[in-house]
Amino acid sequence: MRYKLVDPEPFRLGEFKQKIDETHGIHPDDRYLKPGRIPHIWCPGCGLGIVLSAFIKGMDSMEVAIDNCAVVSGIGCTGRVAGYLNMDTYHTTHGRAIPFATGLKLAKPEMEVVVFSGDGDLFAIGGNHLIHAARRNMDLTVICVNNFNYGMTGGQAGPTTHIAAKTVTTPYGNCEYPFNLTHLAYASGAVYVARWTSFHARYLIESVKKCFAKKGFKFIEVLTPCPTGYGRPNRLGSGLDQMKVYRDNSEIRNDINPMEAESGLNGPIIVGEFVDREKPTFFERYTEGVLAKASAG
Amino acid sequence: MSKSRDVLTGEHFLNGDEASAEGAIAAGCRFFAGYPITPATEIAERMAKRLPAVSGVYIQMEDEIASMAAVLGASWGGTKSMTATSGPGFSLMMENIGLGMMMETPCVVVNIMRGGPSTGLPTLVGQGDVMQARWGSHGDYGVIALTPSSPQEAFDMTIEAFGLSEKYRLPVIVLSDELIGHMYERVVIPEKKFLPRIRRRKPRKAPGEHLPFQGGEDLVPPMACAGEGYRLHVTGLTHDEMGYPVITASAQERLVRRLCDKIRRHAGDIIRIEEEATEDAEVIVVAYGCASRTARESVHMARREGMRAGLLRLLTVWPFPDGRIRELAARGVKGFVVPEVNYGQIAGEVERCAAGRDVLMVGLMGGAVHTPDLILEAIKEMV
Repeated sequence: MRYKLVDPEPFRLGEFKQKIDETHGIHPDDRYLKPGRIPHIWCPGCGLGIVLSAFIKGMDSMEVAIDNCAVVSGIGCTGRVAGYLNMDTYHTTHGRAIPFATGLKLAKPEMEVVVFSGDGDLFAIGGNHLIHAARRNMDLTVICVNNFNYGMTGGQAGPTTHIAAKTVTTPYGNCEYPFNLTHLAYASGAVYVARWTSFHARYLIESVKKCFAKKGFKFIEVLTPCPTGYGRPNRLGSGLDQMKVYRDNSEIRNDINPMEAESGLNGPIIVGEFVDREKPTFFERYTEGVLAKASAG
Repeated sequence: MSKSRDVLTGEHFLNGDEASAEGAIAAGCRFFAGYPITPATEIAERMAKRLPAVSGVYIQMEDEIASMAAVLGASWGGTKSMTATSGPGFSLMMENIGLGMMMETPCVVVNIMRGGPSTGLPTLVGQGDVMQARWGSHGDYGVIALTPSSPQEAFDMTIEAFGLSEKYRLPVIVLSDELIGHMYERVVIPEKKFLPRIRRRKPRKAPGEHLPFQGGEDLVPPMACAGEGYRLHVTGLTHDEMGYPVITASAQERLVRRLCDKIRRHAGDIIRIEEEATEDAEVIVVAYGCASRTARESVHMARREGMRAGLLRLLTVWPFPDGRIRELAARGVKGFVVPEVNYGQIAGEVERCAAGRDVLMVGLMGGAVHTPDLILEAIKEMV
């Protein structure tokens, strides 16, 4: 066989560096953001920017060393978070951020490993990995941005879509029951479980800080508006309108049993720190229960 | 067995699965993630016992998808890592094997082939995953797959697979089969100082100057792992030399061609074949793995009967030794006999390079290997 191939345009390092010089270093959070990656791809009114900012603020106030922290994402709008953070970041396959992070954490136990992903990624295609990582008490922080639909692919229904809600794949209204993510994380063994909305940025920062200070499987759910994918078909208005709903309908109930923590489309939204308990992590048990015996034997 | 040693120098009586596990540990593998599956479980069992003794991590994941993902994560954590499986699990690993190709992640996947498709023959031999090893994940990428034909080779080739994966930065597949995996034979483990320990090349440039996905002379970029200060973004999306997602035809052209070419260009360095009595042969038997053991006997029988038969054994099925098959075809052999435990996956490759010479595939669908007589009949048919 002979080949006839095209000459692709080369990578222009100069142009890339020029873009960094022009755009990077202006914003106070820039030391946490990858040079040359902003502006981001998220829609106006999306809550992801707030969650990203809260994560940066939490990391900053806990003085977590940037080179001691890795962020792993799956696929979707939230999956893009990894690409904006200026640390070791891994954008993996759909649903598989948690097992990738598991391998990374076990190879580098001294590093903080954070999984940032969406509700569809973590609870539909990746649901099995989430419950098993929680069961093992793998030392990971999982931040789940829940916008109740598949935003990146155009607003399809998912495992968190409310009953009767309209999406492009539930044109007559959704007939499936949604997961209560906090209840599932708790029942699977998570040692820390919190739910906030993008309206509760300051509470969210405090939760992020707690996760950096705590060992084990930590889970934060953040409800966010998706005016493009979910807001429009359900007549929820703009991102700002959704923030008003979060303000008016949310009720902080720390220590409530997550089973009772509702988050309806129009009803009350229960937020707070639901679970904070202690349990040895996988690696602690592996070190004491397996490595110690194997090296003694 | 001294538990704290990583290289168990000496003579052993091991099956192919156990030998693979020992080869991995001898190569420096310190992370194994897997899921139980016949006929590969003995690898996991050996790893569960041996890895903690050398301060490694063994973890049983919730499925093969997670196993492959964890192996990639551990590799980016700087640890040589491996998983082992069989057909159904290999199918589940395909998406993350593709991620490993795109992220250029060194690691080893051992597939102890059994009869397929689907659940097929869990306890019996097959060789039906050869094309899946080549093309199983979507898109285009270069592949390396080694095919051991004895427990000794399972040991040696697992070490070699680690070396190749570290050198060329990709998941390397050890494509063994149930017969080799469950066969017990003598395995000689050399002294540690005689074993190669190849490590991925580290960037020489400082963070900020290092372009993590620029290939250089050999098309293989040096690799910075997590926690080393390089703050890389590593993605399964098409990316530029910085590792940043770029959804354009030109970024795709540069990246995917490099992923293919880094293997194509070094095919001569990677390909390993073994020939017996091919100098004057008019019929060449091309075989690998379990089928090559019988094929050798058939060639000996043919020679005893005065037929000029030779054996070309593939130690690597991928990259395929196109050049050598073409040479033999050009030299004027009558043709090629290709016994394999599938319906002609490598026979098709041989035919592609055989320049019109006769190709006779001797196929079994799985559950048993060829008898020497069956391959001998095929040789006779061609002579």
